[in-house]
Amino acid sequence: MTDLSTTYLGLNLRNPLVASASPLSQKADRAKKLEEAGISAIVMYSLFEEQIIHESLELDHYLNRGSNSFAEAVSYLPDGGMYGISPEKYLNHVAGLKKALTIPVIGSLNGVSKGGWTDYARRIEDAGADALELNMYYIPTDINITSSDIEDMQVDLVAEVKSAIKIPLAVKISPFVTSIPNFTKRLVEAGADGLVLFNRFYQPDFDLNELEILHSLDLSTSSELRLPLRWISILHGKLDVDFALTSGAHTYTDALKAMMAGAKVAMMASNLLQFGEGTIASILILLEAWMKEREYESIRQMQGSMSQKSVREPEAFERANYMKVLNNYRSLP
Amino acid sequence: MDKPIIMVDGNEATASVAHRLSEVIAIYPITPSSAMGEFADEWSAKGKPNLWGTIPLVIEMQSEGGAAGTVHGALQTGALTTTFTASQGLLLMIPNMYKIAGELTSAVFHVAARSIAAQGLSIFGDHQDVMAVRQTGWALLASGSVQEAHDFAAIAQMSTLKTRVPFLHFFDGFRTSHEVAKIFHLADDELRLLLDGELIRAHRARALTPERPVLRGTAQNPDVYFQARETVNPFYAATPASVQEMMDRFAQVTGRQYHLFDYVGHPEAERVVILMGSGGETAEAAVNHLVGKGEKVGVLRARLYRPFSMEHFIEALPQSVQRIAVLDRTKEPGALGEPLYLDIVNALVEGRRSKVKVIGGRYGLSSKEFTPAMVKATLDELTQAEPKNHFTVGIHDDVSNTSLEYDKNFSIEDEQTIRCVFFGLGSDGTVGANKNSIKIIGEETANYAQGYFVYDSKKSGQMTTSHLRFGPKPIQAPYLIEANQANFVACHQFNFLERFDMLKYAKEGAVFLLNSLFGADEVWDHLPSEAQKDIIAKKLKFHVINGYGVAEKAGMGQRVNTIMQTAFFAISGALPREQAIAEIKRAIEKTYGKRGEAVVKKNYEAVDRTLENLHEVKVPAAITSEAARRSPVPNEAPEFVRNVLGRMIQFEGDDIPVSALPIDGTYPLATSQWEKRNIALEIPVWDEKLCIQCGKCVIVCPHAVIRHKVYSEVALAKAPETFKHMPSKFREFSAGYAYTVQVAPEDCTGCTLCVEACPVKDKTQVGRRAINMESQPPLREAEAVNWDFFMKIPDLDRKLINPSTIKNSQLLRPLFEFSGACAGCGETPYVKLVSQLFGDRAVIANATGCSSIYGGNLPTTPWSVDANGRGPAWSNSLFEDNAEFGLGMRLTLDKQNEYAREILRALEGELGKEFVEALLNANQDDDQGIEAQRERVTELKNKLSASNDSQAKELISVADALVKKSVWIIGGDGWAYDIGYGGLDHVMASGRNVNILVLDTEVYSNTGGQASKATPRAAVAKFAMGGKNMPKKDLGLLAMSYGYVYVAKIAMGANDQQTLKAFLEAEAYDGPSIIIAYSPCIAHGYDMARSLDQTKLAVQSGHWSLYRYDPRLAGQGENPLVIESKEPSVPFSQYAYNETRYKMLTQMDEERAEELMRDAQKDAKSRWALYQQMAAMYFGNGAGAGKQGNT
Repeated sequence: MTDLSTTYLGLNLRNPLVASASPLSQKADRAKKLEEAGISAIVMYSLFEEQIIHESLELDHYLNRGSNSFAEAVSYLPDGGMYGISPEKYLNHVAGLKKALTIPVIGSLNGVSKGGWTDYARRIEDAGADALELNMYYIPTDINITSSDIEDMQVDLVAEVKSAIKIPLAVKISPFVTSIPNFTKRLVEAGADGLVLFNRFYQPDFDLNELEILHSLDLSTSSELRLPLRWISILHGKLDVDFALTSGAHTYTDALKAMMAGAKVAMMASNLLQFGEGTIASILILLEAWMKEREYESIRQMQGSMSQKSVREPEAFERANYMKVLNNYRSLP
Repeated sequence: MDKPIIMVDGNEATASVAHRLSEVIAIYPITPSSAMGEFADEWSAKGKPNLWGTIPLVIEMQSEGGAAGTVHGALQTGALTTTFTASQGLLLMIPNMYKIAGELTSAVFHVAARSIAAQGLSIFGDHQDVMAVRQTGWALLASGSVQEAHDFAAIAQMSTLKTRVPFLHFFDGFRTSHEVAKIFHLADDELRLLLDGELIRAHRARALTPERPVLRGTAQNPDVYFQARETVNPFYAATPASVQEMMDRFAQVTGRQYHLFDYVGHPEAERVVILMGSGGETAEAAVNHLVGKGEKVGVLRARLYRPFSMEHFIEALPQSVQRIAVLDRTKEPGALGEPLYLDIVNALVEGRRSKVKVIGGRYGLSSKEFTPAMVKATLDELTQAEPKNHFTVGIHDDVSNTSLEYDKNFSIEDEQTIRCVFFGLGSDGTVGANKNSIKIIGEETANYAQGYFVYDSKKSGQMTTSHLRFGPKPIQAPYLIEANQANFVACHQFNFLERFDMLKYAKEGAVFLLNSLFGADEVWDHLPSEAQKDIIAKKLKFHVINGYGVAEKAGMGQRVNTIMQTAFFAISGALPREQAIAEIKRAIEKTYGKRGEAVVKKNYEAVDRTLENLHEVKVPAAITSEAARRSPVPNEAPEFVRNVLGRMIQFEGDDIPVSALPIDGTYPLATSQWEKRNIALEIPVWDEKLCIQCGKCVIVCPHAVIRHKVYSEVALAKAPETFKHMPSKFREFSAGYAYTVQVAPEDCTGCTLCVEACPVKDKTQVGRRAINMESQPPLREAEAVNWDFFMKIPDLDRKLINPSTIKNSQLLRPLFEFSGACAGCGETPYVKLVSQLFGDRAVIANATGCSSIYGGNLPTTPWSVDANGRGPAWSNSLFEDNAEFGLGMRLTLDKQNEYAREILRALEGELGKEFVEALLNANQDDDQGIEAQRERVTELKNKLSASNDSQAKELISVADALVKKSVWIIGGDGWAYDIGYGGLDHVMASGRNVNILVLDTEVYSNTGGQASKATPRAAVAKFAMGGKNMPKKDLGLLAMSYGYVYVAKIAMGANDQQTLKAFLEAEAYDGPSIIIAYSPCIAHGYDMARSLDQTKLAVQSGHWSLYRYDPRLAGQGENPLVIESKEPSVPFSQYAYNETRYKMLTQMDEERAEELMRDAQKDAKSRWALYQQMAAMYFGNGAGAGKQGNT
């Protein structure tokens, strides 16, 4: 029997397919379907630092606007005074998912700055999350902020969150870092138990008719797999940390590649959104069939098998493609 | 166990008891009672049970008449039932009140007593409404304070169950309904001791039930009706004693004793004043003061006015009394006296005390202040040999000379009571903070406390005034803090100092706190000289704080509430500073905690930053300022504006004598132009290099402060230096014409809609438009000069303008300008468009609501006139009758037109056949035709002017009816969908040529956002706290069902051209027209600057499909319905969740929100499908088939 199980952040998972944040995991009944389809863990949608603050201030603003200003209308909206503003709503979701599922539930926090809000990490833990993913999203626009300023800020944040919780902590980062190896090393030293590579961002587009900025998030494709594949391959074995590959994992072959690069899990969202929960079962069947056909005994067996330290051409991960082509020769005796 | 002491206002105090003692509550919003219904709805929505553990059913009805009918039915089937109302609402309940009383039904209505609309509407308090129902057979029980409102709510319920006579419990609107006071709370256990279960069961046993069927409501004939009417006498005879019994039982349980008539004063008083309501509190305090001075005076406070108990009255009145002054808070023109006065006269005669001299007087109409000085003046009048009867007190009546003089300096304020007056900007949160402050003082200290709040007449940029009292002694002062009495005066908006005399309130040595951008060392020289004078003369302790600076740092925006509250506690000594700060923070947590931690955090930060920014000013010994307070209106304003309206603007309206006011409520137009409010921090600035002259900025402006004009270049010769202009790009007016977009800098509210509407984007910087916002102060002076110049440039002759394009239509002068509507109001652009297109010939009937308030609330009003002096003739009748009111106008115009035509024909020989035919057959389809007809009518009048013939004189008096008039019936959705729908339907059915404009904000906006039948499914509104679970009524569909009504559903923000076309077609259609206009409102809960985009989403989501239904097309064999929006292309939720009214439900009840959102999505789709089918119907000629318009 082929063993598909893996471990991630100390959690025993029945296979390496993890659902990353998507509307599918927002509701207990849909999450249950994911579990039934075979997914091994669920990462919840992110609780955004800015969202927590924004929702709260927005509600306050509109409940206040126009109030106590005119004799006939003391206010313009009823103030029920019983709002489930994030994070309460989010924490209830964590608890709800935990109650509904047997597979691990990984909470997710999105933010960049230190401060009181990191207390939410502890509250997510209290709500029952099995682990926490810290999603660090930051677009620097100030020309006076240096890369080390940003890295220091993020490393400090990891340390602060880590100190607030007892459950394992994974850190999801962006690929736009000058030295990914050094930065990830610092994150691991600061307490990260896992690294999730990589975050995808909304990239604004232009509407040439209206001369306006367009905001949309396109679903990922398998072609995006290569970036995290490269970096997990490079980092595997160099850092004592669990890797998760996200962005571009759509098919069973993508999952196999992720494992071989050194990831413990492959995270999926776009394909689940596109094809529904049912796609999980078929990926698992094909994955197992592929392994059987090639006589792989377990997933663990292949994890890191094609990482930089495991291949005959480690430099392949370091060169740009055209360089590889030009230099593809050997001196013969 | 409930907390025994609470700080609440009269509405909450009353509703708290009413909700606990009811099973069914039927409600409808009306100021000042709306809050009682809102509380009841909120508590039931939250699952709060009544005294017997079941949650009262609360239902909003379509009108007060509907509420009364529902109450009647619920009572007849045995429920403990109540309602809350006031004023016109109570009048609408009268028919049912007769029935309920005639059937001896136990019921309680709670009324925040309010004026009745007569020469003008007033939302404020007096007893005119209550006195209008005194004949219905209801018991009338008057409470005079917040505590009494709480207590009497229970006594009324106890009494009605005991007596079977229905009870109307009333208290003074605003003065009691809105006063926050410290009261003892009636605990559930106390109420259980007070209510007799057997009586409740007896009430149920009398109910209609098929198990024990009876018939109630017969038609009776002359043989028995009279006798049957007399059967109830024993119940009325027994009621006073029963009420006293209930009051005694109440006293046993609570320790608070009341009587049917409560006497206070000297035991051997010779002079007594008698009155009801909150004035009794004032009189009691004044009498106690005067007795202390040795005067033999007293006050008799009537509690149970109906049934009037002569016995209890005579018993309560000291034998020593020789003279009585009866004060009525009502007016009954033509009567021998006001009701209470007449009752007292009668009671004295029948009670064998007829030797007592009695005079009657009126006081306090429409919340007119009633002070101890007025009580003293009244009692002093009784010392006169021939005291003035039928007097007034509190006003200066120089017409009928009814008024008593009173000493404005007479005060009985207690030295130990601290009095504070705060002047805030509506949007800065001052009132909310002061409500919090007075609650802290009342609930956390042993002090008694009182808060009362005054608002001005505008909906944007308003000034609020908070009057707080607190101290160790009970506060019996239901009147504003008077001049020279305040220990603390705070001005939260620096520029108010330039406009109003607020330091007149300060007593010597008082503290003055000013929110100032200028620091302690520089502020002095920026004060007006009058303020400097007062500060020095009164030895004020002067403190400043840069509240806006602190607010900005704390993320509070313009809301300085928490900051000024903290500063108040820091320097007023109301509480020890540390305790005060702890209590403020506790209040912040309590008030804002549920809104999220970020809100609490920013408020905490504001508190913490306040003290370091609070500084005392070292007051110089001399006045240094040369700047004086600004005059409220410029000197060139008309005399009436200067002398009457100007005084109202300066809050000196109380001093205006009777003679200065119009006798019949008739006011001049074009007065808002004189009230320069300067409320915008930023104003739009035109960039003529980018402008394409489209007029879109002009059409969307809610306040008519941005205009464009095409004019002869010759006019530029005298242009001010900074006046901008460019060559005209109008095809019809090009060579020799210049063009300007001009902003009225002092009237703009800064809403930015014009910027959002501008379609131009600078090619080098797309964020820049042809209109951009810039700081107002540096622009104010120059742009004011430019505006004056712009306005003096003659408008183009409207005969030359084809108004069918946006840019052309906006060349027409708005005859609706600078209203007091909210910044960014979504209604006023439509109203303004009516005024532009048809204003010079419009007669307008305006339903009560937002549009009647911003359209007709004094001091200044926005309806205006053109250069010829013509303009809209506007009137507001009521809320419920507006369609009928407008129809009446149409009928008069039609009749007079017909009459004029008849006489014309009769005088044809004299006037000449050709001239008469020209008059009779004039084509008045456009402005040219109308102007030509006006000229003919002028000529006609000239021809007839010398004639002594009676027919000629008759013709002159109706000749104007020969000129086409445009009748507009305007109102909101509360009117059109709910209270006025019956009339609206009938008027549409009449086939008459009226134009109906429904400003659909989807809630009762004016009273604060209560749900109407126009409220969409899934939206939260007051009275629909759990989200409305029924779809929005399709008013347009109902109107289309007639087949001969022109119907248009429009949304200016989504399609301004379709909007314009609809108005032109509606007016041109010779029959009934209805336009349903999507009107963004602050009650929707989003940034009004985004309302154009949001309106587009409303259309794109299918929530608001655009169409025109023109019955004339059917006659041409075409389908009359033209759909002018596309199939829904965005999910309903994408539109909805931009608005707090929808989004907040996801925060309150996510599952319900999702369910309702799914249903709302279905609503949008099914509406669209239905319209598609209708538009595809075959009308001959092959037209139809999914016709799609393209305006």
